[in-house]
Amino acid sequence: MSTLPALLDAVLVVCLVLLGLSAVLVAVRLLRGPSGLDRLVALDVLVAEFLVGLVVHAALTGDSSLVPVVVAISLVGFLGSTTVARFVRRGTGR
Amino acid sequence: MSAAGDVLLAVPPPDPDGTLGLVLDAVGTVSIVLGVVLTLVASVGLLSLPDVLSRMHAATKPQVLGLLLVVLGGALYLRTSVDVWMLVLVGAFQLVTAPVTAHVVGRLAHRGDGVRHDLLHVDELTDSADAADPGPDPSETDEDEDEDGAGPSHRPGAAAGRSPDGHHGGSTRSSLDSTE
Repeated sequence: MSTLPALLDAVLVVCLVLLGLSAVLVAVRLLRGPSGLDRLVALDVLVAEFLVGLVVHAALTGDSSLVPVVVAISLVGFLGSTTVARFVRRGTGR
Repeated sequence: MSAAGDVLLAVPPPDPDGTLGLVLDAVGTVSIVLGVVLTLVASVGLLSLPDVLSRMHAATKPQVLGLLLVVLGGALYLRTSVDVWMLVLVGAFQLVTAPVTAHVVGRLAHRGDGVRHDLLHVDELTDSADAADPGPDPSETDEDEDEDGAGPSHRPGAAAGRSPDGHHGGSTRSSLDSTE
């Protein structure tokens, strides 16, 4: 019974490793995307994965001091992607 | 043995949920694992799918369902009311804002070259998007008023009749550009 928390922690560490791997894949798309919209979509996914990683870290350590950071990044990521979308439109329109 | 039982009963206040907390941790771990696997699959899809619209389809997974699953798992780990409500706020905000970004990006991708039209079976935006665009040329409205003085009752029918040959406005715009 006492090995279950250790197992759960190990599973969470594996989750963090998988998140890092998927962030590398998304970064490849971010650097290689043919158009600006591909890079924008990849950047959105990267922000979402960063949020996921912060929540997993908070669950792993039981330290809830990063939860307001998650709220703030969720706000700022939306504003950033929408603003960049407007500039992308201006760039590829003409 | 009774002493051990007393110790176990005396311990709970700092950790009020022994086996219940363990069950909640296990359920939270399962939820987090599901969300992370979804995120990994979406990243692979983001790398391997052909155009912007399919990549958006892949990108929606970690943005909405994956983040919701992970936030649920985190809320099951941190069982404080402030943290739970902040994580609920994160999930609700993501649910509200992800469609807005997806709408803008999808529309821009359809206007630009982000769509591979040979992969589409039906493309409903090709005819209706330009007709539904606000801001047509002012010369067209002038022509309408000159053609039939019947007033605004005929205008929707006239606009719907004009929408199939949408090249009219484009030709006038190109002629304007050529004159300028």
